[in-house]
Amino acid sequence: MNKINLIIGREYWTRVKSKTFLLTTFLAPIAIIAIYAVLGFLMTRGSDKTKTIAIIDNAEITEGMDLKRNNLIFELTAKSLAELKEDYKNKEVAGIIELPPVNTSESSYNIIFHADKTLAIDEESSVRSIFRKRVRDYKVKALGIDESQLNLIDTDINIEPETITETEKEISSLTSIVSSGVGIAVGFILFFVIMIFGSQVMRGVNEEKINRIIEVLISSVKPLELMIGKIMGIGLVGLTQFAIWTILLTILGAGSMAFFGISTSPDIPTEVLASNEFQSTIQPVLKELLGINWAIIIPLYIVYFFVGYLIYSSLFAAVGAAAGDDINEAQSLTTIVMLPLMAAFYIAFAATRAPESTLAVWSSIFPLTAPVVMPVRLATGPPAWQIIASLVACLLFVVFMIWLASRIYRVGILMYGKKANFKELGKWIFYKG
Amino acid sequence: MNILSLRNVVKRYDKHTAVNNVSLDIPKGKIFGMLGPNGAGKTSLIRMITSITRADQGEIYIDGDQLNDLHPMQIGYLPEERGLYKKMKVGEQLLYLARLKGLERKAAKKKLDAWLEKWDITSWWDKKVGELSKGMQQKVQFIACVVHDPKLMILDEPFSGLDPINTNLIKDEIHEMNKKGSSIIFSTHRMEQVEQICEEIALINQGQIILEGNVDEIKNNYKSNQYRLEFDGSFPSDMVGDSFQIIHDDASSVVIQASEGHDSNELLRGLLDRNITLRSFQEILPSLNEIFIKKVGQSNE
Repeated sequence: MNKINLIIGREYWTRVKSKTFLLTTFLAPIAIIAIYAVLGFLMTRGSDKTKTIAIIDNAEITEGMDLKRNNLIFELTAKSLAELKEDYKNKEVAGIIELPPVNTSESSYNIIFHADKTLAIDEESSVRSIFRKRVRDYKVKALGIDESQLNLIDTDINIEPETITETEKEISSLTSIVSSGVGIAVGFILFFVIMIFGSQVMRGVNEEKINRIIEVLISSVKPLELMIGKIMGIGLVGLTQFAIWTILLTILGAGSMAFFGISTSPDIPTEVLASNEFQSTIQPVLKELLGINWAIIIPLYIVYFFVGYLIYSSLFAAVGAAAGDDINEAQSLTTIVMLPLMAAFYIAFAATRAPESTLAVWSSIFPLTAPVVMPVRLATGPPAWQIIASLVACLLFVVFMIWLASRIYRVGILMYGKKANFKELGKWIFYKG
Repeated sequence: MNILSLRNVVKRYDKHTAVNNVSLDIPKGKIFGMLGPNGAGKTSLIRMITSITRADQGEIYIDGDQLNDLHPMQIGYLPEERGLYKKMKVGEQLLYLARLKGLERKAAKKKLDAWLEKWDITSWWDKKVGELSKGMQQKVQFIACVVHDPKLMILDEPFSGLDPINTNLIKDEIHEMNKKGSSIIFSTHRMEQVEQICEEIALINQGQIILEGNVDEIKNNYKSNQYRLEFDGSFPSDMVGDSFQIIHDDASSVVIQASEGHDSNELLRGLLDRNITLRSFQEILPSLNEIFIKKVGQSNE
């Protein structure tokens, strides 16, 4: 045990102290924030010069309209187009909007914009939204439609679930959406963590083989100890990196939000945030989030994280040991290791839509896919027997996988010049001693 | 007392038998040479002694005890295929390897400092292994192999890739460790090194020991009763016959083959009786190399 600690220590500290780790850990979140900040800055400041746009209203729809929207200032005018074109040349106006009469029997409406340069994208969308509303109101009035009746035509369909037997569990129409959202996020993170750190294990194992330090090491420790030490050490590196990322992104995210304020999301005016509609959407989501039984689910996420990492990293360790001096030779083996993981990822997506389908149920019990699929289903509250079956299967499989991988590992790390194929690996498993 | 005893040890890979029923006793406090051509089974044998692999059959005893989990701590092993972590610093790496051999951090640091000072390489402590030359890396590897004062050291081709100066440096260390009580197994296919260093040898071929014993005794057993003579004049023709034959004759020397039952004394007496002035007389002893080639050739037939 003492030696495993030593090995974990080396695997952990040599990686955490390396420049690559420092760069990816500290610079990646800063880079992400910086990119968003720059993008936000460009999007908001890109068209910050105020533009005066003259409007020739032949449709009589501009009465009482707001004359300012973001950086656009509208000028209602009685001047003729020719006069305004003179103004344009004198740079008194940045463009001329000509509104033709509204034809109530047509569903499209063409506004003519006179200028040598087109409007910026956000300006165009402002203009479009202003006149969509104006034309609509005009048509409602001209056609003599009752506004309140019109609003009744668009119907929101909600499916209210009403439990029949499980009286204690309160579910609402949002439950499945919220829980599958949480599930997919967790599944996504698991998938990438397993992939990134699993392949680090592979490279680490292969490095020791190529370095030829392996024989010195295993004359001091057992191959199994070395393999487990490496897997755990790299797993800890992964946890450290995630912890730092979470903290950094939270701090930086909050900081940049405060710095740029609402300006990073200019499309949501403050009155929308405060509106009833917004409140009525967000609050049930929050309620659902709070309603999920986190006390049970979070520990389960963590269990599945470790199970998934252990299963795949021991597979990767076996591949790293089997691969020769050229790790690219192991490509076919890595592909095969990746296959169930990829499958699990796709099934996880499908499971968000149909968490109780046969495929979802069985692949959340089958150990190679369960670590990614089951977390996706957890929030939707699968039956207890499925969770227990899945956990038992996974834990047994972890033990089996580590045993299997260590059999291949201990032969593979000392094998040079032999191309590792499946037949060969199969033989290694049954080698004695 | 034997530092190492092998009893009917067998190791098989697939259908290939790498070590075939080997029994061997290596006495304590000796420098023992393990010889054999490539693929003879030396490395397979060493890997079983160092607990890297397990024997399929037979027993291994170290210092009288059957091989167990504590023994790796008492063995220092310098494999033929050896390397270090390229990106790790020399000091950190040596500390790690020493602690894997069961030393406490403080004790390990003290011993390592002593080694680095002895070889005047303390400045290497903070260097990355990748910055060192191959020869320098070999020195670091040697330190890693001996830092825990093993009672049995197994050195597989320890001098490969070393320049003469460093070869001598390591050779001296091996002798010094041996004087302090370490038993040493020295595995190689370079015969001239074995003749210089080892007292006893075992010759392995195709997984079996085909020759073992004291180097001098082996050489004596394999001498071919040939003598090289230098003298004025020519070899007296009346001496040539059943007892002595000339097998080589040139301007400067003559090589005489003595038949069985006739020895150097008889040859010398005959020459002196005939008043021949000898300038040099030398018994031609076979080199280990010749014995090696001869024995391997025989056993392969």
